[in-house]
Parts: sequence; C-alpha cells; structure tokens
Amino acid sequence: MPKNPNVKRVLVIGSGPIVIGQAAEFDYAGTQACRSLKEEGMEVILVNSNPATIMTDRNIADKVYIEPLTAGVLEQIIEKERPDSILPTLGGQAGLNLGMELEESGFLHSHNVRLLGTTAATIKKAEDRQEFKDTMEKIGEPCAASKVVESVKDGVAFTNTIGYPVVLRPAYTLGGSGGGIAHNQTELESILENGLRLSRVGQVLVERCIAGWKEIEYEVMRDGAGNCITVCNMENIDPVGVHTGDSMVVAPSQTLGDKEYQMLRSSALNIINELEITGGCNVQFALHPTSFEYCVIEVNPRVSRSSALASKATGYPIAKVAAKIALGYTLDEIKNAITGKTYASFEPTLDYCVVKLPRLPFDKFITAKRTLTTQMKATGEVMSICDNFEGALMKAIRSLEQHVDCLLSYDFSGLSGEDLKERLRIVDDQRIYVIAEALRKGIDYDTIHEITMIDHWFIDKIAILVEMEQALKTGPLTFPLLKEAKRMEFPDCVISRLTGIGEEEIKKMRYDNGIVAAYKMVDTCAAEFEASTPYYYSVYGSENEAVKTDPPKKVLVLGSGPIRIGQGIEFDYCSVHATWAFSKAGYETIIINNNPETVSTDFDIADKLYFEPLTPEDVESIVRIEKPHGAVVQFGGQTAIKLTESLMKMGVPIWGTKAEDVDAAEDRELFDKILEQTGIPRAAGGTVYTAEEAKQVANRLGYPVLVRPSYVLGGQGMQIAISDEEIEEFMEIINRIAQDHPILVDKYLQGKEIEVDAVCDGTDILIPGIMEHIERTGVHSGDSISVYPAHTITDRVKEKIGEYTRRLAKALHVKGLINIQFIAIGEEVYVIEVNPRSSRTVPYISKVTGIPIVDLATEVIIGKTIRELGYEPGLQQEADYFAVKMPVFSFEKIRGAEISLGPEMKSTGECLGIAKTFNEALYKAFLGAGVDLPRHKQMIITVKDADKGEAVEIGRRFEKLGYKIYATRSTAAALNEAGVKARKVNKISQESPTVMDLILGHRIDLVIDTPTQGRDKSRDGFLIRRTAIETGVNCITAMDTARALVTSMENANGRFTLIDVASI
Amino acid sequence: MKAFLILEDGTVFEGIHIGADKEMISEIVFNTSMAGYLEVLTDPSYAGQAVCMTYPLIGNYGICREDMESKQAWPAGLIVRELSRLASNFRSDMTIQDFLMEQGIPGIAGIDTRALTKLLRKKGTMNGMITSDESYHLDEILPKLRAYTTGNVVEKVTCSHKYEITCEADAIGKRVALLDFGSKENIARSLVKRGCDVTVYPAFTKAEEILADNPDGIMLSNGPGDPKECEGVIQEIRKLYETEIPIFAICLGHQLMALATGADTFKMKYGHRGGNHPVKDLKTGKVYISSQNHGYVVDMEKLDPDVAVPAFVNVNDGTNEGLSYVGKNIFTVQYHPEACPGPQDSGYLFDRFIKMMEVGEDA
Repeated sequence: MPKNPNVKRVLVIGSGPIVIGQAAEFDYAGTQACRSLKEEGMEVILVNSNPATIMTDRNIADKVYIEPLTAGVLEQIIEKERPDSILPTLGGQAGLNLGMELEESGFLHSHNVRLLGTTAATIKKAEDRQEFKDTMEKIGEPCAASKVVESVKDGVAFTNTIGYPVVLRPAYTLGGSGGGIAHNQTELESILENGLRLSRVGQVLVERCIAGWKEIEYEVMRDGAGNCITVCNMENIDPVGVHTGDSMVVAPSQTLGDKEYQMLRSSALNIINELEITGGCNVQFALHPTSFEYCVIEVNPRVSRSSALASKATGYPIAKVAAKIALGYTLDEIKNAITGKTYASFEPTLDYCVVKLPRLPFDKFITAKRTLTTQMKATGEVMSICDNFEGALMKAIRSLEQHVDCLLSYDFSGLSGEDLKERLRIVDDQRIYVIAEALRKGIDYDTIHEITMIDHWFIDKIAILVEMEQALKTGPLTFPLLKEAKRMEFPDCVISRLTGIGEEEIKKMRYDNGIVAAYKMVDTCAAEFEASTPYYYSVYGSENEAVKTDPPKKVLVLGSGPIRIGQGIEFDYCSVHATWAFSKAGYETIIINNNPETVSTDFDIADKLYFEPLTPEDVESIVRIEKPHGAVVQFGGQTAIKLTESLMKMGVPIWGTKAEDVDAAEDRELFDKILEQTGIPRAAGGTVYTAEEAKQVANRLGYPVLVRPSYVLGGQGMQIAISDEEIEEFMEIINRIAQDHPILVDKYLQGKEIEVDAVCDGTDILIPGIMEHIERTGVHSGDSISVYPAHTITDRVKEKIGEYTRRLAKALHVKGLINIQFIAIGEEVYVIEVNPRSSRTVPYISKVTGIPIVDLATEVIIGKTIRELGYEPGLQQEADYFAVKMPVFSFEKIRGAEISLGPEMKSTGECLGIAKTFNEALYKAFLGAGVDLPRHKQMIITVKDADKGEAVEIGRRFEKLGYKIYATRSTAAALNEAGVKARKVNKISQESPTVMDLILGHRIDLVIDTPTQGRDKSRDGFLIRRTAIETGVNCITAMDTARALVTSMENANGRFTLIDVASI
Repeated sequence: MKAFLILEDGTVFEGIHIGADKEMISEIVFNTSMAGYLEVLTDPSYAGQAVCMTYPLIGNYGICREDMESKQAWPAGLIVRELSRLASNFRSDMTIQDFLMEQGIPGIAGIDTRALTKLLRKKGTMNGMITSDESYHLDEILPKLRAYTTGNVVEKVTCSHKYEITCEADAIGKRVALLDFGSKENIARSLVKRGCDVTVYPAFTKAEEILADNPDGIMLSNGPGDPKECEGVIQEIRKLYETEIPIFAICLGHQLMALATGADTFKMKYGHRGGNHPVKDLKTGKVYISSQNHGYVVDMEKLDPDVAVPAFVNVNDGTNEGLSYVGKNIFTVQYHPEACPGPQDSGYLFDRFIKMMEVGEDA
C-alpha cells in the first residue's frame, strides 16, 4: 500500500520533560520519526515542552513549539498551523493521552485532522483496564485475575475467589504508595484500608499475585494491511515483581525453548491483530516458570522505552518504521536501512547477547528505599552487547559509572551464609552482587533460585563469573586463563586487582599474545546478508570486522553514558550536534556510547557507532583500531571529561580546550591563581581531605559553608553546612567513595545566581545570552527556575558578567564551550564555578536565542573564528520575549527521597515556557511542569522562622487569589498577625485533625514547606513533603519558587502567545 | 579436547570437541533460529549436513524430548559458539551434551560462528569436516571434501513401512496420505490436531498403492537433499498430480511436485535456514514470517504458467516460496507451516488444505 497522498502536514507530539519512566527514549523515537516523515516530504510541526531534546531542533522539524503539553495549547497550535494529521504514538504516554483527549473531545474531527497510526478505539482497548480484560478474554488470552474494589469487605470477598497472595494497587497514588502484596487476610485488611485512604478516588485494584514468574516482553510491529512481525523478545532476569525498567534484561530470551518462545510470540501477534494496532507495540507477559501457563501483563499501543531498547539491541529502527506505517506504507515496502537489501517485514535475528542494566538514582537519594518494585525508579539505563552473556553482563556493569566494575564491587563478604540468605530476600539494585557472594559462600543454586526466583541459567552464569574471579585470585595468570577472562570481558583493572599483577603488565601480556578486542557488527540478520552499517560491539577471541578507514580527517566523539540526575539528555544533544557539525565539515565521525535510549546511539548519526562502555580500556581498544586524529570530550558531560587523561596517554589529541586548562578550572589552587590574575572575586574557601581540616576551614570562614567534592557534575555530594556536626556528617558521606581529588569548602554567599554559556575561539567570545535563576544561591542550578534574558539585574552587572566571562575564557585558553555560574549581590559579581565544557543549559539557550552554540563550538574547535562564522563577538542582543526553564522532578517515584531543594541536584528533567511577557512565560513553564492551578483553592504553609516574613507576603497574594490557607502553629501565628487569615492545623504528632489528615483529604492544591536550615532532620517536615508528593499535591520547598508560582497564577489567562522556535 | 572444522576451501577453524567422538564429513550449512536447536537437530531435512547455529548460546534449556521432530537426530554434525553447561527448563530431560553423545553426533564449539557464516554467505554452501585429529593433512582431506555429495538421503530418512496415526478427538472424517520424505512430526500432528486421520507412507511407495487406500487428501512432506536425486519418486508424484485428489506439499515435496510437472529447481548459494524469513502471499499481498530450511528452490523463470503459478515469494530475495497449480486442487509451499522451530504464522495453510478436501476446491 503506497503512502497516503492526503497526508502532508503532520503534527508530532513529544513526551515533555524527562521524568522517571518517560525519558530520553522518546527523544530518540521522536527524532527518528520526524526525520522519517521529512524523508517522505512531509511538513512536520513539532510540539514538546522539553527544550533539551534533539527533536525540538529546527533541523528536525519545520515548525517547533516548545510549549506546555496540554489540550488547550495543542488546540491553539492546530488552529494556527492547520495540520492535516497528528501523530501521537511516539511521545510516550504523555503524547498518547493528549492525542486521545483531542480525539475524544471531537476537536480533531471538527478541524479535519486525522489521527495517524493507531486509532482511538484501539488505544482505549489497550489502555482501559476493563476493556483490555474483556478483549483479552474474547480472544482467549489470559490475564491475571483482578478487580477494582472500594471497600475492605469487597476486597476480601474477591480475594477469596482467586486465592492468596494478591497484589494491591491503590488507584491514583503515585509511586505505588499504599500498595503491596498480601499473603493472608490480616495483611490484606491492613494494606487495603490504608490504600483506600491514600487513593484519591478511594479505589484499590486487587490482583492475583504472579510475582516470581518469568517476565518476557515482545516488541511487535503491525502495518495497516495487517502484516505483523516481532522485532525481538526480551527476558527480564528479575522475575515479575520488579518493573521492567528497573530489571536486568537480556535479549533475546535465554531460558525459553522454541515452544515457549513461539507460544508467546503467537500470542503477541494475536493481541496486536485483535487490537488492530498500526505501528509499534509492546506486549509484556508473565510466564509460569514450571508450566506453559502465562498471563498478559500489559500492552503498550505505542513506541516505548522497551522499543528503544529493542531497536538498539537488533538494529531495527522501530520508530522510523512506525512513522512510515503511519503514512500508509506496509512493512514489505519499507527497506531495512541496515542491510539495504532486506525489508522491514523481516524479523531480526541476533547472533549476540544483549544485556540492559538500569541506572538507579540511589547515589543521589541516599535516604530513599533501594528496593525495587513495580514502580520504576531508574533514571536511565545502559546496554551492552557481546557474544556471550557473561561478557555482556560485565560490560554493562562497568558502563553504569557507579564505581562498579565486577561482581565484587559491593562487598558482602562480611555476611554469613544465613545472613546472605536473608539478604537475598531483599529485592534491590545490589541483589546480583549478593547472589555472587552467596555462590562464593557455597550456597546452592536451588536455594538462591527459591528465594529470588531468578532462573538457574542466570545463576549459573553468575557462578561462572565467580569461578573466574577465584581462578584469577588463585591463578598463575596463564595465557589461556587470561584469554578466557577477557572472553568474559573482565577488564584489566579487575584482573590486576585479583591477580596482584600491575594493569600495565597485564595489558602488555595481552598485546604480546594478541589478546585484543575484535569488533562485530549488529546487522539484524546474523550475517545472512551483507550489511553496510558500521554499528559495532566488541568481543574477544574472534575475527575483527571493523575496518580501519583512512579518511583525511577523523574525529572521535565520546558520549555521555546513562542518563542520571545531573547528566541528562542535554549532553546527548551536544554530542549529536557536535557529530553533525564535524560531519558537515568533512570529518569522519565515530561515536562511542552505551545508552540505548539516546539519539547518539542511533546507527545513522555518526559514520561509525561503537556500542561500548566508556572506560579507558574500552576506549583504547577502539582507538587502537580506528586511530582517530583527535577526540572531543567537551560535549559528553563528566563521562567524557573523565577520559581526557587516558586519551592523551593513548596519543589521541584532545581537540578544543586543553586538558590542563580543564584541570585549572577544577583545581582550587590553579583556579584561585587565575582569578587573582584576572581580578575576579569569588567566595573565600579552601580545599580539604578530612573532616578535621574541613571544620578548621569552615570555622575560619564562618558558617554557613558549602561543602562539595571537586570534579563532579550536578553538585553530587554538595551540601550547605551550618555546624561542625553537619560538616562531619557530610564529609563522611562524601568520603564513602574514595576521592581522587580534594574536597572544597567555601563560604556560602546568598545572592542572585546567574549562568552563562559561551563559545570562545581563543581570542573572542560569544555569549548568546545571560540566564538568571529565580531561586537564590543554595539551590542547585539544575533545580532552579532559569530565566532568559536576565531581567532583574542591571546593565552594569550584565557588562561585568560579559567581561568576566571573556577574561576567564581567555585565561583558561578555552576553545569551544564554557559555562560559568556567578552570584550577583547588588552590583557585585562573584564567580561560583567555571566549567570549560558544554553544560545542561546549552540546548535551552541555543533554542531560545537561535544561536547554535554547539555547532559554533565545533567549528571553533576545527579552527574557525567566531567572526568567520558570521557572528559579532561579545554578548548578543537580548530577545524580545522571555524563556523560562522549569525543573521537573520525579520525587513521587522514589519512595523515601527527600524532596527539599539544596545544592545537590535532584531534578530529572525540564520544560520551557516561552512568551512575550515574563509572567506568561512563567505560567507556561509551571503548566508545562504539570502545575495546573488552582483546583480546590486550599493550601498549607509551614515554613522555617527565617521565611516567615516572605510567607506573609506570599500568603497574602494567595489569599487574594481566593485560597484558603492552613498553616502549622507558628506559621499560622505569623500570618494571622500580619492580617493574612490562616487556619491553624496540628502537627502530625498532635491530635487529629493534623496536617496529614488534611493532605489525605485530597482537597489541597499546594504545600509550601521550607525545611529548617541545613538538612531537615525533622521527620514531620519530611513526612509532610513525602505524603504531599505521593498523593499528587504540589509541594514547594523554596520561597522564591512559591513567589514565582503565585506571580504566574496572578497573571494566568487561558490564551497563549505561541512562538515557533524554529523561526528564532 | 581440541577439534577442527576444515572447509573444502582450506579454511580451518579451531575449537573444542563436543558430542560423539568421531569424525564427520558433510555439507556445512547455517541456521539463524535463536531457539529451537532440538527441533533443528531432529529435522530429517538436515540429513547429510552439519548445522552451524548462528545464535551463539546453545543448549540453555536443555533437551525436552517431547519436542523432537523425529525419532532421532539427523545432522552429521553440530557447530556452535558456546554450549551451556547447565540445562535450565522445567521440561528438560538432559543436557544437549548428553544428547549429542546419545545420538552419536559429533560437533565443535568455541569457534567464531559468525566468521563461518560470513564465509558460507560469500562463497556459498561448502563441504567440510569436523575432526579432533590434530595431525590432519589438508592435502589429503580437501580432495575428499570436494568429492563428498549428500546423495539420495531421502532413502535414509524415510520410514520403512506404512503406518497410521488416528485422530483421537474431534475427528472430521478426512483421511490424509502423508508421503514421508523425511517428514517432521509436526506435519502429521498439525493434521491430526485438525481432526484428520493420517496414513504415513514410505517415500518410495507407488502411487497406485496410495490411491488404492482412497485418501481424501495427499500431503507431500519436507525432506533432505537435492530433489533431482529422487527420480523414482517424481514419477509417482506425476501420477498423483493426474488425479483429482487435493494435494498439499511442503519444502522437498513442493520441489518434487514442481519437477513432476515440468518445472526446474536449482541449488541456492547458501539457502534459507531460520525462523525469520518473510514470505508474501501473492493473492492477498499479506506477508508472513516463516520457518525455513532449504538449499534448493523452484526456478520461477521456467514455470509453465498453464501448469503452475507462483503463490508465494520471499520478500528478501524474491525467490519462489509456493505454487498454485492451475486447474488443480494442489498448492505447495517451500517453507514450513508446521513451524517447530519457528513462527506459527502459517498454520492456516493446513486449514486451507482441509477446506480443499471438504469442498473440493482451493478455498
């Protein structure tokens, strides 16, 4: 079926800010889809509130709207742009829901817009719990028995019909709060009662418990003519009970025979056919471990996180094909881009093994519960490919960049056999290390399997790795042993630790004996057809397929690894743009990265893609073959920067800013010297290694002080300390991980925080714009609301910032990008931090100013000057509109995480509000972040003493908006005294009704809760904030944020000005 | 113990010996299925061939005897990247290592199966030897390898005498004569499951004998080797063609019917073996993912359109995947609707065959 000629202008909906469960994979899918649509001559209109994405680039879509993803905004865009079609299935759940809302309201119909891809009826069938169950029943596909109940009595009665244990999931609570597994009536009654209370609608789903079954997923494609294929299947190493996003996953399935494999495959096709999905779809199954019984867990009628993983695991571009299907093509008309010979109607077959591991944020949220449940907690993931499972697992572990490189990386050797058995019951991110230790202690497979329900096959594979550790430890390190260890991808550093032989010596032994990495191709067809796409993974002991090319100019671009808090999608944006810019300038480009969710790991971005861990050894193996002329590290975040020294040792020149200059910005003494030379003031401070030294410095400076490790992104480990006790606590936390570099202790200055990104060509600098933070210093820049152009600072301060930026860039010999954070106190400007590399704000500032600074930085690195590129150096003219970047958090997903903001970054994503006035931009930004107020016009204020004055002002403004204010004792007193009517409400420990009861009444819009100085140790405040977040109540922890919110609400009106960012 | 895979072009792969302790010479082919190694091992169509599995991890779920596609294993050898030391499946009866020993099949593990596959793709199917003799001499071996032919392997794999499988439940009263050229058991199972009684005949049964039993339909099975070696069988099939009895043929059966009606077959460069091949139904335009195992194919160029027309083609390379016989109740496919291993998407073809028997025309 040829493409539908009536489709010419397509509106694509993105997925909005990055949150846990909806991350970079949708930028990947959306970007691929948009490119695919443009390839077909479509005019693409894109809407996404997330400015850090590649899909919102002017070269990806024709019209780009970075606007809040609400039905109202979409309607306005449709009225303005008049698309003939809308594609909602590539923007995650957010995009899908919006598409449905517009369809159901009749808006699409009345505006002659057709819904491309899957129809509304189909989506309803897949998403509505009851309709889905009915549909599955109709076609004989089993689901786990379940029922929505509204009383404990009904819950008990239903459970009696299906038997214990049952899973309980309260409706409309976030983060799975109030849910759990009940094994008997007592547990059921207790959990159910609590769950019904927590649920906003008083409903709890009671479901047969299938925890412990194998969890298997199929990625399925179907075209409009009904042709179906499965792209790949995946097996979760963690059985049902852990969200697939948090599971260790292997592709293809390893423990399924053809009978099980085909049974589930046929079921997946049966389902996609009945639902009449056109495009991509993901079907999740639970398979009983000792029978053929299975249940359909869930169907996602759209491109998902799993489909991004499947695309990278197989080389089959699901989103691209889904977009073509949406235009009317059938699978047998779409060419397989990897082979160029076969068609999209063929099923990829793998001749390697893929392992995905989640990147969990427990290093950021140290108070959070590490346990893994059906609520996803991972912020990102890594994938690795090898020709054996052991190797794939080892590579995936070291790709995580969490100070782990083998199964010994978490030490459980202190636990006895009995302790280990108990520990195995805890399902958390360390379970695999516990299993390894259990095997070391001789606990048998059956016992481990009975406790964890992890398949024997995987346990055996872990045992093989443990046996290798043992062999290396007891060794002599013979040539065959070394060869076997490398086949399993033991890195040299681990072999060195286990054998006691130096790493260099091991490397030499390898090279002398020809034990070097070889590269194989991901080709979708297990070598059956010739493929020309250089998408490689490493193996040991095989023929090398990577051909060294000899172009005149060849550059290595290092990616940024898994998405984590503090190092997100922005760096993928930078890496991809740098790659494109190098390509345009005639360079052969090579990307190394290990993140399956990103655009950079799409096989057609760089000339060559190496899907590999980003460690010195793995990079060196690639360098040995490719011999690039140079490498750029300034675009890949800290992951790439960390590789600088190793690359230099390998003899690869670092292009752009020199390594020693990067060091100068991070090294306290060197940097102080530069500041002195350039005459730029900064907060006083010192460098320390121990808590004693830290206390000395702090007392010399006077509290409060800022404590942080050097060489980190996202303010990891950064804290404001107000006492010696806190210094001790924070130093203890920081030093839990061995620090290669000193720890910095600075006087904490409170002022306005300003941020600039600039390009420097060695002589001139170009500053696209100055950004100003709404929150005072003390809140991490990534968690602050950022405004462009800076509108509350004087021209004099702006000039100073421009001048300081120029001086610093020159003193540091920056070639490429530099990011600087300043504090402005009155007319004084202090520098906080300089990063001679790309930053989180690069995509945002590029888009809102229309100045493509990554491209410019790349050109500068190649040797062009800013003037040659057609720009007048210096601070560029300010725009005549405002752009507000709003951080977005995923606190509801991480149980037990402290939500109050501080110097350590906690947000997972961001969205943008752009408008002619500051107030509208602010309102849009809040709306984009999901803050859509007012609803019930009731709020709670509980602030620390220092904030009471501001609370009065803010409270008064909310009161004017019609808000009924509740406040805890002293806050209420302060408000009432100042004439703001506040109802006193009891603390949690006092008698009912307490602040907690109020929140659980589900009639509260907003909680403003500022924690006491330093770390809030009061359980009360913590509980209030957590409960608010988990029941979906907006919770603000900084007075500046609260003021911004009330300002935006005062200026709200339904109509928006729309700005096509592509035309800036 | 070390083992060597020596190819007729002189390439030698060194690996580890697995399975029975013996030497073998055969044709070397590769299969791209990611699961289903037992079904592959027990598919009689692999007689005279050693199979290289392109998926590197084999044996993970052990051997579940009830999944065997015939009473024994047929390939001359097995070539894998890695055999799992643990068999993990609730139905597993034994490890694949033990099974290879029991069945007397030698093999080699630990070789770069992808490199071997690429070689076969480039140079075409080759003959080869698996040996654990470290003092091998290529000069002696290579001529032997070049001289090897699979010969008429159908003789080896067909049943020795006629037998019946009766349907136990929901019988529809149709009797199918199944000509066993090396039939996978799931062909008979697929028919029995649909309510047919099946009588299985040895490959060299005379047409008259089959017709004398008065079947409602005739099924020509899959099987190994070059179809042109089966001269006698082809003549008998011609006689079956002349009758009005509905005929459904799979793989070798499909090729034999083509040869019996004047068409031609040729050997493909490296064949189709795997579970991911797209075939397109030319009548409906629909594409199905199929299970395949064939090294020969019907030459579409030489088809007489008055006798047979293409019904299915391979989407990847455009080769013939099925024929519909003009004016006859006969349709034949090159691929495996009985699956095992592989996708079950084409099971509907058995229903079509049954409908043909019921209404007497191609439904």
